[in-house]
Amino acid sequence: MKKSANDQSASGPAPIQEAVKTVIDTLGISSESNLIGVLQEVQARCGYLPPEALEAISRRIKIPLSRIYGVVSFYAQFYTEPHGRHTIRCCRGTACYVRGGQRVIDAVKAELGVEEEQTTEDMMFTLQTVACLGACALGPLMVVDSTYHGNMDPRKALRVLQMYQEDSG
Amino acid sequence: MSRIDSLQELDVRRQRLSQRKEDALRTITLCGGTGCIALGLAQVYTAFEHEIQQRGIGDKIRLKRTGCHGFCEQGPVVVVLPERFFYPGVQVDDVPAIIEQTALQGKVIDDLCYTDPVSGCKVAYEHDVPFYNLQERLVFRHNGELDPTDLDDYIVRDGYSALAKALCEMSPKEVIEEVKLSELRGRGGAGFPTGLKWELCRKSPGDEKYLICNADEGDPGAFMDRSLLEGSPHAIIEGMLVAAYAIGAREGIIYVRAEYPLAVRNVNITLQQAREAGLLGANILGSQFSFDISVHEGAGAFVCGEETALIASLEGMRGMPRPRPPFPTQSGYKGNPTNINNVETFANIPLIILNGQQWYRAIGTEGNRGTKIFALAGKVRNTGLVEVPMGTTLRQIIFDIGGGIPGDREFKAAQMGGPSGGCVPAQYLDLPIDYDSLKEIGAIMGSGGLIVMDEATCMVDVARFFTDFVQEESCGKCTPCRVGTKLMLETLTDITTGNGQPGDIDRLVQLGQMIKKASLCGLGQTAPNPVLSTIRYFRPEYEAHIREHKCPAGVCHELIAYRIDPELCTGCHLCVRNCPQNAIAGEPKQPHEIMADRCVKCGICHDVCKFSAVVIE
Repeated sequence: MKKSANDQSASGPAPIQEAVKTVIDTLGISSESNLIGVLQEVQARCGYLPPEALEAISRRIKIPLSRIYGVVSFYAQFYTEPHGRHTIRCCRGTACYVRGGQRVIDAVKAELGVEEEQTTEDMMFTLQTVACLGACALGPLMVVDSTYHGNMDPRKALRVLQMYQEDSG
Repeated sequence: MSRIDSLQELDVRRQRLSQRKEDALRTITLCGGTGCIALGLAQVYTAFEHEIQQRGIGDKIRLKRTGCHGFCEQGPVVVVLPERFFYPGVQVDDVPAIIEQTALQGKVIDDLCYTDPVSGCKVAYEHDVPFYNLQERLVFRHNGELDPTDLDDYIVRDGYSALAKALCEMSPKEVIEEVKLSELRGRGGAGFPTGLKWELCRKSPGDEKYLICNADEGDPGAFMDRSLLEGSPHAIIEGMLVAAYAIGAREGIIYVRAEYPLAVRNVNITLQQAREAGLLGANILGSQFSFDISVHEGAGAFVCGEETALIASLEGMRGMPRPRPPFPTQSGYKGNPTNINNVETFANIPLIILNGQQWYRAIGTEGNRGTKIFALAGKVRNTGLVEVPMGTTLRQIIFDIGGGIPGDREFKAAQMGGPSGGCVPAQYLDLPIDYDSLKEIGAIMGSGGLIVMDEATCMVDVARFFTDFVQEESCGKCTPCRVGTKLMLETLTDITTGNGQPGDIDRLVQLGQMIKKASLCGLGQTAPNPVLSTIRYFRPEYEAHIREHKCPAGVCHELIAYRIDPELCTGCHLCVRNCPQNAIAGEPKQPHEIMADRCVKCGICHDVCKFSAVVIE
């Protein structure tokens, strides 16, 4: 498990400055109207939004860092800490909730020993909850990376986690 | 793809397409919506591809991945055309039989057929399934039929005819008049008359006008916009084109949630197709009208569904609303007149233009014309997307189409309109639902989320859940919403944890009414609705929590305990094996016991027990 996390950081974020430059050059930013687009793209390349990236964006599009941080902290999609190898997104939407979604979230938290928006120590999983994933008919829903797991209950959810743990074990 | 430069060329193309001889014997359609994908569509699709290839019958059997069929509960859904044989929940192992017997020989396979949960009968054809045949699918008419990323598939079904009609036969004013007369109301929630909004935007001074499609479907429990964007993206684009022509916009933006990757993908593909075909860009269909659309992905903030917050977000700022007026139709995106409509609203436009307002007005009720798509979810047998005329009753939706409540449980309430809506109790099951009737009973249409709740749902907990949601999503700009929702949440948390005080209910009502009156935007103004409506209809449940420290539905953690009934327990050990906390002790074949100090009340033992020996107290 540890090895894989190291692998990722070795092959992962190339110099952050470079990433920011590429993104801004490609998107051709002149004003702040596309700030969110730039942040999305930089996050996709770097894996998260480290302080250096925000500073570089600030210098390049000439927007105060405070404004950029205001935007980053406002939207749920942006994160300033690196994520684990797998991102678990549990739906806390109404349809999932009335079918026992909270119990699934509680079970995952207990199993991984993390709270929402936290990453396990081995950098294996990051747990997030989302307002609604739009597949309400299949609630409770848990999405790992981009794979949807529908009709979850605490037991099934733990089995899914185990599957990912074994895959990389 | 060749350009279509005039109405005639569009007609010729459609004729050519419709005369194209269908050389395939049968077409197997697979629902390609997010729901079916979650249930394993990709594997089933590959299995079909493989089977067809191996048998070398690619010329006889066509395989097609369509948009969402709406019956998400039953995915992956397979329909074999032209007979419309309907197979729900198809697995990879079923594929060879479907190819051999149904696709090649036209025989129905009984074992794979759908069983109606109400009558217990097997149903062979899609159009006989009660979930479908009791609906009136207009906006959704193509979703289960066409390949969303195939322009010709849309054109052959009268696609872009409404645009052609508007451009060639109608002036912008006539288009607005037609939409006004149709009495179409915005499907995003508030129900503002669409035609009037267009007129306001058209009349606003300014050369540069913008058209925005609000696809930031943030209401938990609503997913019709996702399904439409995934399954009928060309219809949304056509609706936007007609609107742009009417108000005089040259630039359009689709603001879509980043949580909908498939919708983003399909929209981007279809936009490119439309551009190549001359249906977007300069001089559309050879006319003077030019318009193009870009896609903007949201970054995850519920409040951005509010018009002014959405615009702030588009401008690269924190998505915070501002006071209105000026309304976006006067001063919106970059200070220009901006018209914002919801996805489902745009999807209605081609229907109105093509069939005329009189045809449209015949559907629905006075002042509430047309159909509405509801996202049916929660404690109901048939979950999925349901399109019905306005004025349909809840009973028809939940019991006739939805198949009722699973198990032997009783219907308790339907939560309508998401966090801005309210809970509708059983006494209103026969109320014809539309924008106005729902408002009268303390709920709202909202975007059409409809979550069914049964007796095992605690209404105080539901109110706490929604308040937690709006509190989290409150942007924090105005005090009544920022602080008020926080105070409401604290009181509700106290009540659900057994710390409620006498007088709390009245305080909640007072606070709720204040937040409604004093908040800046729709989020705050509607945030107390779930609390107020549950107090209105389920006050005794609140009182039980406060006075007796009891949760009648057996939901609130602090007020319940799990216990094993020694009379019923057979000592099978199943609960012991499944308990993640090792909180259950007992010798095999002897009654077990839950150790209260270790129990985290996850409820797994209750779920797995085959003898109903685990009771909630």
